[in-house]
Amino acid sequence: MLNKFARHLMLIKKIALAASISLLTDTAVAQDFGLAELMSLLAQRKSSHATFVERKFLKVLEQPVESSGELEYVAPSLVKKQTLKPKPELLILDGEKLSIESGNKRRKTFNLQDHPEVSTFVTSIRATLSGDLSALENYYAVGLTGSQQQWQLLLTPKQPQLLKLIKQIRIDGTQGFVSTIAFEQADGDRSEMVITSDDGK
Amino acid sequence: MKRYNQTLPRVIWVCCILICVFFIARTQFVADLSAFMPKNPSERQKVLVDQLRDGAIARLILIGIEGGNQTERADLSKKLATQLRANPTFTGVQNGDEAAREKDGKYFFENRYLLSPRVTAERFSVQGLRLAIADTLDAMAGDAGLLVKQILPRDPTGETLQLIDQFVSENQPRNIDGAWAARDGKRALLLAQIRDSGLNTDAQARALDIIRDAFQQIPERSADTRLVMSGTSVMSVDSRNTIEGEIKRLASISVLLVIGLLLLVYRSPLLVVLGLLPVLTGAMVGMVAVSLVFGHIHGLTLAFGTTLIGESVDYSIYLFIQGAGGARTGNFWRTIRLGVLTSIVGFAALLFSSFPGLAQLGLYSISGLVAAALATRYVLPGLMPKAIDSRTIIKAGDVLLVVFAQAKKLRWALYLLLVVTLGYIVSFDGEVWNRQLSALSPISKNAQQLDMELRNDMGGTNIRYIASFAAADEEAALQQAEHAATLLQPLIDQRIIGGFNSPSFLVPSAASQHARQAAIPDATILRSNLHAALQGLPIKENLLSEFVADAEVARSRAPLTRADLAGTSVAALFDTLLIKRANDFLVLMPLTPSGEGAHGDEIDLDKVTAALQVDNTLQFTVIDLLEETTSVFDGYLREAAILSGLGCLAIAILLLMTSPLALALRIMVSLGCAVLCVVSLFLALGIPLTILHLVGLLLVVAVGSNYALFFNSDVQAQDQATQSKVAFSVLIANLTSVGSFGVLGLSKVPVLSAIGSTVGLGAFLALIFSAILATSTHTASTSKPS
Repeated sequence: MLNKFARHLMLIKKIALAASISLLTDTAVAQDFGLAELMSLLAQRKSSHATFVERKFLKVLEQPVESSGELEYVAPSLVKKQTLKPKPELLILDGEKLSIESGNKRRKTFNLQDHPEVSTFVTSIRATLSGDLSALENYYAVGLTGSQQQWQLLLTPKQPQLLKLIKQIRIDGTQGFVSTIAFEQADGDRSEMVITSDDGK
Repeated sequence: MKRYNQTLPRVIWVCCILICVFFIARTQFVADLSAFMPKNPSERQKVLVDQLRDGAIARLILIGIEGGNQTERADLSKKLATQLRANPTFTGVQNGDEAAREKDGKYFFENRYLLSPRVTAERFSVQGLRLAIADTLDAMAGDAGLLVKQILPRDPTGETLQLIDQFVSENQPRNIDGAWAARDGKRALLLAQIRDSGLNTDAQARALDIIRDAFQQIPERSADTRLVMSGTSVMSVDSRNTIEGEIKRLASISVLLVIGLLLLVYRSPLLVVLGLLPVLTGAMVGMVAVSLVFGHIHGLTLAFGTTLIGESVDYSIYLFIQGAGGARTGNFWRTIRLGVLTSIVGFAALLFSSFPGLAQLGLYSISGLVAAALATRYVLPGLMPKAIDSRTIIKAGDVLLVVFAQAKKLRWALYLLLVVTLGYIVSFDGEVWNRQLSALSPISKNAQQLDMELRNDMGGTNIRYIASFAAADEEAALQQAEHAATLLQPLIDQRIIGGFNSPSFLVPSAASQHARQAAIPDATILRSNLHAALQGLPIKENLLSEFVADAEVARSRAPLTRADLAGTSVAALFDTLLIKRANDFLVLMPLTPSGEGAHGDEIDLDKVTAALQVDNTLQFTVIDLLEETTSVFDGYLREAAILSGLGCLAIAILLLMTSPLALALRIMVSLGCAVLCVVSLFLALGIPLTILHLVGLLLVVAVGSNYALFFNSDVQAQDQATQSKVAFSVLIANLTSVGSFGVLGLSKVPVLSAIGSTVGLGAFLALIFSAILATSTHTASTSKPS
């Protein structure tokens, strides 16, 4: 019964997916490599450690600002972003707790529940890393293009509130690894985080 | 002569009653929480008491809207807030709505150059600007980039970031659909502040009704949505209502009980009315005495006091029953006098209590008892019928005597009980004392739970640590607060405290604002400084034109005052931090713990005090409210123990002075045993003792001594008929006391039930134990054929 339901659901999703992707790219590839496969690939990684370089392209500035540091992920719910340059900052997402430490200031801890907008934002990254499709689909319309070797996930916020801030999130990757996370903001500014895994492939 | 003797007391009595009626008509009756506040607070406690009773915190009402769905709740919250804001009863209503949030943001953003302590002349120099802007660029690269980007054109030096840092608290309420909501989203939240003082319970009750009505009348409100409220005012009003309701209910029950019992015994309505006469006289005199000395009388005083002087019903019972069918024994009035004296000595201990309710109770009982005794002695005998049928009384008394004679055999059991209960209490290793103030509160567990939930939902209203000081005027207060802030800041870096709040964060002193304005260069200089500072930085200069304009506005505007906070959500906060008192201003600076390390939720106040004492021109008091509340309570408990002990000791001395040694000892053993049994029973039932149990035990001794005295009053000299009458009268007197205290014991108000159950049970045991110990002489005399 449940199986049938799941298959049914999957079918609906595939149809929806195919429809949306057909606008962007050829449908043939998408049919080969579906969201389910991608999610199970991602879910296989139980922990990872990486370095990142993030560049923000902002209209108010003549050139992009760059930050870099380390990323750590432990399945299913711990994400640590340690920015080293230009200013040390530490962001830890552990379960429902988000703590922020910047410079010599005291660490501040927030409950994700209390900040729904931050929550959706952070969910995009964590749910992708843990291969949690249903969490992603709670907040985003999810689109996939490319192949297993070179895939691209497009997340479009469902909530109008979030849409006011972010137009789209693009996540590129190879197999079970995420290589780029790009945020396209509603005002046209964008940021791109390039991730290099330390774990070897 | 005889005629004159009877008329004079009656005339005096009638005059006395008329005078009492006159005063009682003007007496103020209160039933709020004031009886729980210390009468002579220390300087530290004064801050606490002021705030609890009268301060801005006491005027806050926490409101929750439950039921329905979250959109509905948010909608109701907005409508309710709009209604209440239009009502002058409230000085402020917050629900996290868009308008207030906008006002908050606008206040801090637009006034950043007057508010930020970093605004100095150096900051606006070429070098200073360059460093500040580079810092902001770094912040843009970081996690908060999205936010920083928005403020850059107007605030390139990042003053707003600094200010946000001061105010972003970790536990603000959530915001759902434009209104505050509980953590779990199941409740919309509002915060209303009443204009009237927290001491004005009537005004508070009206304000609460206004909120309820406003909520009820919101059009198209779905029926399953409901309003919940908490806060000091809600508790005051609730407890007053509960106490008033309970007093009315229980007083009626116990009056009916006593009247019923007396009717059963006397079979004469006239005697019942006469019997209640001394009590009524006593109650009136007691009320007048308390209202003249204290200015008002507390509902609890009335409830207990009247039950206590209900003891005077006993006097009339003794008078009627023992006098029935013949003359009273010569010792009758002597025994009554001794009984009244022991009770007065016991109650006198209460007079010295710093618990205002208990001090009132002491005065009420003493004055009431004296009046009742005098009425019994001088007014009642002239009014009572000459002949009271004593046959049934003697018959019933005879049965009692037989029972009491049998009871003698239990004497060994009494001594055993004495040893066992004493051993049990000494070796008891559980919780003997209940140290929580809430144990005395008439507020139900559910209401206390709701209060805690709403406070947690609201976040940050649970303040434990406070640094406080007083200053002559507002400007001095703000300047001192700023000075204190510079001393407290290093403690954050040392992780001794996590943070603090200060009224000067919201409205800086005029001196600081003037200094900041003076530090901002005029537009021409600022522009040229900015031009030089931006060399090599990736920002287009023309993008920052608004910054120069904003700085120019800040330079010349009038300094901020409390009035500028109107409509913001921090206005109420400011009023809780800077409080205008009769002659000065009180500043409260709440300290938050660092949240790090093993005792992260505690603050080492010695270190804070040391840091603040660096400058001895500052007169700071640093308090831990939790400890202060506990110590107030511990103080009460200690005091109650000492007073009860002294009261018992005084009664013992009185007995020793007025009675033969053997008799005095017998009385003391029976009373002591009753006290030990009551304590053991409470402990065995897992009920830790409160102050009021202690006071109850004192009353057991004070009231119980009367029964013991009558049982033991020169019994050898009495014939059997007299003995029967004595036994019967003591039993009836005891049953009325046990009944009326027992009824109080059933109350859901802890204060009433603690004393009620203690005295009800204790008085009954005192009677039984007195009977057991007293029977030896009875048997001796009853065995003689009469």
